Amino acid sequence: MTMKKPLIQIKDLRKRFGDNTVLNGVNLSIREGEITTIIGKSGVGKSVLLKHIIGLLEYDSGHILFNGKPFKKMKEKEKKLLKSKLSFMFQGTALFDSMTVYENVALPLNERGGFSRNEIYQRVEDQLEQLDLHEIDDKYPSQLSGGMRKRVALARALITEPEIILFDEPTTGLDPIRKSAVHRMISDYQKKHKFTAVLVSHEIPDIFYISQHIAMLDEGKIIFEGTPKEIYKSSNPSVREFAKQLGDESEKLTGLTSQYTISSRLKAERRHTEGHHAIFSFIVLNITNMDEIIKKIGYEGSQIALKNFIFQIKRCLRDTDTCSRYDLDKILIVLPGANVEIGKKVYAKLTNRVKKEKALDTEKFTSLSFSVSVAFAEAEEESLIQGIETNNTPKDTTSFDVFT
Amino acid sequence: MFQNAISKNPFSTIGRLVILGIQEMGKVALFLTSGFFKIFSRPVNMSRLLEQIYFIGAKSVFVICLTGAFTGMVLGLQGYYVLVKYGSSGSLGSAVTISLIREMGPVLTAIMITARAGSAMSAEIGVMRISEQIDALKTMGINPLRFLFSPRLAAGLISFPILTSIFDVVGILGGFLTGSLLLGVSPGIYFSKVESSVVMSDINGGFIKSIAFAAVVITICCYQGYYTHRRNEFGAKGVGLSTTSAVVQSCVLILIADYVLTSILL
Repeated sequence: MTMKKPLIQIKDLRKRFGDNTVLNGVNLSIREGEITTIIGKSGVGKSVLLKHIIGLLEYDSGHILFNGKPFKKMKEKEKKLLKSKLSFMFQGTALFDSMTVYENVALPLNERGGFSRNEIYQRVEDQLEQLDLHEIDDKYPSQLSGGMRKRVALARALITEPEIILFDEPTTGLDPIRKSAVHRMISDYQKKHKFTAVLVSHEIPDIFYISQHIAMLDEGKIIFEGTPKEIYKSSNPSVREFAKQLGDESEKLTGLTSQYTISSRLKAERRHTEGHHAIFSFIVLNITNMDEIIKKIGYEGSQIALKNFIFQIKRCLRDTDTCSRYDLDKILIVLPGANVEIGKKVYAKLTNRVKKEKALDTEKFTSLSFSVSVAFAEAEEESLIQGIETNNTPKDTTSFDVFT
Repeated sequence: MFQNAISKNPFSTIGRLVILGIQEMGKVALFLTSGFFKIFSRPVNMSRLLEQIYFIGAKSVFVICLTGAFTGMVLGLQGYYVLVKYGSSGSLGSAVTISLIREMGPVLTAIMITARAGSAMSAEIGVMRISEQIDALKTMGINPLRFLFSPRLAAGLISFPILTSIFDVVGILGGFLTGSLLLGVSPGIYFSKVESSVVMSDINGGFIKSIAFAAVVITICCYQGYYTHRRNEFGAKGVGLSTTSAVVQSCVLILIADYVLTSILL
């Protein structure tokens, strides 16, 4: 992948609240068109850092550069132009509670001027429709569920088609299915509109599937910057400790183990079979028609279906096999002590059983199915796990019914 | 230890309080001026202005009529018994009218609007502050002062004089009710005294007062709500305190401003 140029650069940023030093020389580059996620323990100052980027808080010293230009040295006009390209989604949604949903989402357009009433109406309705928000125009935020409020806040952040969006814990307080749906929405929109996103999140490892860049904040400094996969290889003891904790956490939506667990489990397996010929086979399932499913049954429905689908796959596997999610739509199954031939047999058996089940208990739709492309590989070294990702050209496509 | 020594010294305590007070006054003055000039920045949002005129003005009419009527009635009663001692009960019309137009009208109207609209304003803006709605405005590139304070200030400057004049008229009728209908002052004499005793400078003075009170009330109430997060108390308690101080400070400042303006205008 080519290195993209940094859009926002934070240099030696410092901030104190009384005696409490929150940011103690933060250096961070945020690249254009990517999702950068800031992780770290609670209360470490992640939200504070985000609020500095949008200008809600004033830093004591340091620089924030946009496109190489320090914000503080910009002229008023430039600042205004830049701010019109920025958007922020608050942790607590910060919706205007005495305005209706429609007025909330329309406000940024109304205030900006230059749009006709009809245009605003059309854009707001489209936006709400795309985020599965139907027939709630006249409701007030307090009349909505937590998940819906988050989506209204997301709609308000997206309505001006900003180039940079900052998300402050967009999924806190939601259940796993709605969390997963919000993550999917952010990811889909980012792919569609190519905006630059900065996220603050606790949802690990789920957030790794949608982020291209991870930064870890600890004791007022960025102690790690890199891709989600690199975090497991970091030599920094704090990062290692954090990554190890991650290993124990399973993915929130599906309950699948994280990649970290997989590689440590494989290492243990290898030690176990020392001297013998240890062989693994991998099955990579890639769900290829997720967009279509979302279009038909909405974000939340699709996440429920995905959850059930993975649950059924897991049921067909042996105890020693591991099943992990390593991308938004990719599932990796590791079969220890099996070669590709056995792997294919296991898959055939799995196909037969899962096809009989349905992922959603509804008869509303009759012709919806998960299209899954599958790849097999065989390895003797756990290090080949990385190799398989680049080498997983689909060899077979199977359809699984979501509904019967 | 050094700080303890300072805080024990009464002069430094007084000095610090005075400096804090002056700083606060400066902040309020800046708040008022920037909000005032933003009234005229384009595009002017008429619907928000009308909404506020409706809230501050139209919705206060009933309460203003009620207080105006009873104030006039009391003035009629009190005035009659004082004047009758000197055998000049015929001047009741002038007594009621002058005290209403010059003093009671502007002051009581301002205090009533503080209680009805000012407290609500302070609480509303305070809640917006603690629930990050004001920050949300900033992130959308919307100036919160222009969005929240300017329309209210403009609406206040328009509504206060009108409400004051309603108060005055209803008060004069109230005086007529007790003075003429109840106590027997001739209606013709009452109204001719009303007409002959009031000069334009009385009316101008009343209006100047009501405009000044509008600026005081709206600024203090919005300011208290806007900076509710700077208090030592947080959350709902902070908003409660802001509302209380908004009402108390507004009322005190109305009376102080009334004294200052009266001494200038007389």
